[in-house]
Amino acid sequence: MLDAKIPSGPLETKWTEYKGHCKLVNPANKRKLEVIVVGTGLAGASAAATLGELGYKVKAFCFQDSPRRAHSIAAQGGINAAKNYQNDGDSIFRLFYDTIKGGDYRAREANVHRLAEVSGNIIDQCVAQGVPFAREYGGLLSNRSFGGTQVQRTFYAAGQTGQQLLIGAYQALERQVALGNVKMYSRHEMLEVVKIDGKARGIIARDLVKGTLERHFGHAVLLCTGGYGNVFYLSTNAMGSNVTAAWKAHKQGAAFANPCFTQIHPTCIPVSGDHQSKLTLMSESLRNDGRIWVPKKKGETRKATEIPEEERDYYLERRYPAFGNLVPRDVASRAAKERCDEGYGVGTSKQAVYLDFADAIVRYGKIEAGKEGKPDLGMDEIIALGKEVVKEKYGNLFDMYEKITGENPYEVPMRIYPAVHYTMGGLWVDYELQTTVPGLYALGEANFSDHGANRLGASALMQGLADGYFVIPYTLGNNLAEEIYSKAVETSHPAFEAAEKEVAARIEKLMSIKGKQSVESFHKRLGKIMWDKCGMARNKEGLQQAIREIQELKKEFWSDVRIPGSIDEMNPELDKANRVADFLELGELMCQDAYNRNESCGGHFREDFQTPDGEALRDDANYMYVAAWEYKGEHEWTLHKEPLVYEVVKPTQRSYK
Amino acid sequence: MEHYNMNLTVKVWRQKNSRAQGNFESYSVKNISSEMSFLEMIDVLNEELIVEGKEPIAFDHDCREGICGQCSMYINGKPHGPWQANTTCQLHMRAFKDGDTIVVEPWRSAAFPVIKDLMVDRSAFDRIVQAGGFVSVNTGNAVDGNSIPINKDAADASFAAAMCIGCGACVAACKNSSAMLFLSAKVAHLALLPQGDPERKTRVMNMVAQMDKEGFGACTNTGACEATCPKEISISNIARLNHEYLRAGLTAEK
Amino acid sequence: MGLTGISLVLFLIVHAGINACVFADLVDPEENGAMFNKAAHFMGSTVLIRITEIGLFAGIILHIVQGLLLTAENKKRRTVGYAVAYTAGSKWYSRSMGLLGTLILLFLILHLYHFWASARFTGRGLEPVTYNGVEMHNMFGLMKATFSEWWVVIVYALGCISLYYHLAHGFQSAFKTLGVHNKRYNAMLSSLGYGFSAVITIVFILMPLSFVMGWVG
Repeated sequence: MLDAKIPSGPLETKWTEYKGHCKLVNPANKRKLEVIVVGTGLAGASAAATLGELGYKVKAFCFQDSPRRAHSIAAQGGINAAKNYQNDGDSIFRLFYDTIKGGDYRAREANVHRLAEVSGNIIDQCVAQGVPFAREYGGLLSNRSFGGTQVQRTFYAAGQTGQQLLIGAYQALERQVALGNVKMYSRHEMLEVVKIDGKARGIIARDLVKGTLERHFGHAVLLCTGGYGNVFYLSTNAMGSNVTAAWKAHKQGAAFANPCFTQIHPTCIPVSGDHQSKLTLMSESLRNDGRIWVPKKKGETRKATEIPEEERDYYLERRYPAFGNLVPRDVASRAAKERCDEGYGVGTSKQAVYLDFADAIVRYGKIEAGKEGKPDLGMDEIIALGKEVVKEKYGNLFDMYEKITGENPYEVPMRIYPAVHYTMGGLWVDYELQTTVPGLYALGEANFSDHGANRLGASALMQGLADGYFVIPYTLGNNLAEEIYSKAVETSHPAFEAAEKEVAARIEKLMSIKGKQSVESFHKRLGKIMWDKCGMARNKEGLQQAIREIQELKKEFWSDVRIPGSIDEMNPELDKANRVADFLELGELMCQDAYNRNESCGGHFREDFQTPDGEALRDDANYMYVAAWEYKGEHEWTLHKEPLVYEVVKPTQRSYK
Repeated sequence: MEHYNMNLTVKVWRQKNSRAQGNFESYSVKNISSEMSFLEMIDVLNEELIVEGKEPIAFDHDCREGICGQCSMYINGKPHGPWQANTTCQLHMRAFKDGDTIVVEPWRSAAFPVIKDLMVDRSAFDRIVQAGGFVSVNTGNAVDGNSIPINKDAADASFAAAMCIGCGACVAACKNSSAMLFLSAKVAHLALLPQGDPERKTRVMNMVAQMDKEGFGACTNTGACEATCPKEISISNIARLNHEYLRAGLTAEK
Repeated sequence: MGLTGISLVLFLIVHAGINACVFADLVDPEENGAMFNKAAHFMGSTVLIRITEIGLFAGIILHIVQGLLLTAENKKRRTVGYAVAYTAGSKWYSRSMGLLGTLILLFLILHLYHFWASARFTGRGLEPVTYNGVEMHNMFGLMKATFSEWWVVIVYALGCISLYYHLAHGFQSAFKTLGVHNKRYNAMLSSLGYGFSAVITIVFILMPLSFVMGWVG
């Protein structure tokens, strides 16, 4: 079932060879071929724009009120590219290697190498579009280091890199809309994939304003619908981020790969109460200057500033002296959880650790005093100077923290706690980004291919744009070249009719339950099960229990959910119900996948598989494969394994001590 | 920060759809924590409405971290509520005290018709961008990113304009419902960069024409847009837009 | 709006300058408005200036028409208003340019009736006066007579205060509309705008006040 279609030949020439020999579609034929793009984040907007430029007839869909709202917009830190502008030893190979290693050797070599190859083109393309990247005084692009890599390869636009990149792609998309090459459907949600003769030939979408169902034909369907972190209810994802499109594809035969690989980001603002609706990330870059600690005493009640230095436990520096506060995300997250579980947590909930800038402020203050030629300044003045420097570097993040918590992080340490951030798993795709359903593709976070078990910082933006701008235009053409004889199918075709009927029946069923509990309350309960039993740490019993609980919850949902309003109008509760119903099924599969993977790797940490000192214990002999799950029926999946063959990189145990 | 709980009266604009007549409804919400965000307070109210068998309040929101630009409430006489340089989703209940009455309205502009309750249709902004808010460069056309050095000040100023999140608060705040701050931010973002230069004249002419067609009002420089903008986009961008527009108009060859 | 506004601003400078001639009386009590009357005669008898006057009226009318159209168009852009108005983000006078303009217009009608109509057409209340053998209107005398009544002085003062606020917004707004976006110049123009509005207003108010208080004439 799983043919990754990886081109033969040496790793570094695979993509060149592929491009040199793939089939092409002539311009006259492109005009006759219709492509559906679902989702308008970095992957979707870049794909829709580029395919429109090439001459395909594109229809793009997003559930937000404008394609510019997609959650790619929230990415803060930056985008990696192997440009080696800093002359510090970066290369395509190093970016490839870092990504494979960072992914804990669970990603596919060929895909990752291609990603590294096109990374430079992305920066060029974005600059040409007018993306205002940060620059040096000489007018050239600025770089910073990120996520523990040893080179400076991250391009950025202050703390809003995702926003600027998305607006670049959005503008390219709107240009194609103006030219008539792309038709945009905002406030539309895809609710089914339509298959004809085994191929994806269109979708059923719901106009969220009118509440009506629409049929749309496409010679190919591209899902660029992001990740499924919201299965945890609380995450750094947007409120609307959902798995529905990918899940419908899964139920139509697309295999779902490595669903349990979830990235928990270590530096988020902690939960403040039951009312919490979402979590906010504080950029990873803060760990360059902040020191993480908890009190040495359990159940400490003093304020952070009143705890003397010798009574503080800088646990990351203690446990990982080589990397200290800059260990990778998965390691930092688990260490924070360990301290809080042991009873050393801080804040009212005791589910938080301190991220302290006091040292950095003094250090920067002294440097400034030195620059100004005033070595004899008093401590207060040094601190004042240091605060200015910190403000310049992280001002917008500090402001955001203060707005949310009401505390001034220049005066008291930030409280942080890990939160669900990104999902490495997703629809299984081959080298051409095609799922196991012919004609159905998955791009960006929606697929599984490039990040293995853990994603490095500043790599998500890179992957979304690589897929959309530089990969899909070739691979889609290679497949559509065979479709030039297929005429567009009328949407009165029985397959469309049947699909629409099914969607309508499900919506009606949801509306007719008229139970007592709100959609939100079910989502919260699902999130709690997932976080407690399939979150940062998992174990055999917990996962079994979670599967049972989710199955129960699903039953309860389908018999007691209450959705006010009606079908034929704008009804956000109904939209939410459609999504939560799918999360309930996905959650079960995630637990199943986590249960199956008897090892710890990257974001997947099984308590029953760890080294004596609490580090992740990988099992390359038995689990060096992609777990691709085929949907068989309710609560039933078949596992297909795609072995991961490392021809170039030699897997080793990661160590940060 | 001391936490406290409060009881509030929330007066919300309810409107079934774009054709229906709307009206204000008052709700009382109890035990609201000062740590909640404003939208979480609305979430609590909505949960209560659902349990009571009533229709929850429809409102736009997505990222809830102040960057996507989708949230859009006009709270107590100011777009995005009382805090400066802030979006509704980042407004927290600390801004209010026990016993307060909070009036929540949708963005009001003929160019932003109400879809339902507090949701409005801002697709006019997308159409303004379609009229020219881009650089015409197909994928694959680009030269090396460092081949054109860009003056850092210009790049920074361009970025400051490009920070616009397209939320529409400027239109909602303006007594004329003018979209000039939004439009000028896009024109300035691209006019300040060499990449945007070739299309500079047609861009500004076409975008302004589209803005007028969408039914936004004319700018009278009152400054309300700048004062309410969550990203603090400067009103000097509007002057820059006027400059670009005059320049394009005076030097156009046809 | 901006262009006609700035042309009217230029007119105000000339108007205030000529009228300031009445203060020559403060220096030399024997002067009795001679300088002012001569200046007024020059303005009234020079062909070029009479042609410019047509332009001035055209400017005023155009400014009013533009203002009316702009207000009418902008009013249509918000069909349903807010229950709570947004007032903190802008100055009240920036939002009230139409109202201030209307007050100025009402004042202007009275003002034209008092002086311009007399000098040009009716000759109401005008005595002839001769300097160096040239006979001209004693505009100074007309001012003295007109500003002997307190209600006129108060109406003039209110008109000028409306003008202050109208200018306080209009001056800098005009430059923004004309595309001045340089931050340094904008800061300068902003200070200049407030200063100019204040000086013009004070000069104009001082005239009727000086007559009614007997400081001049």
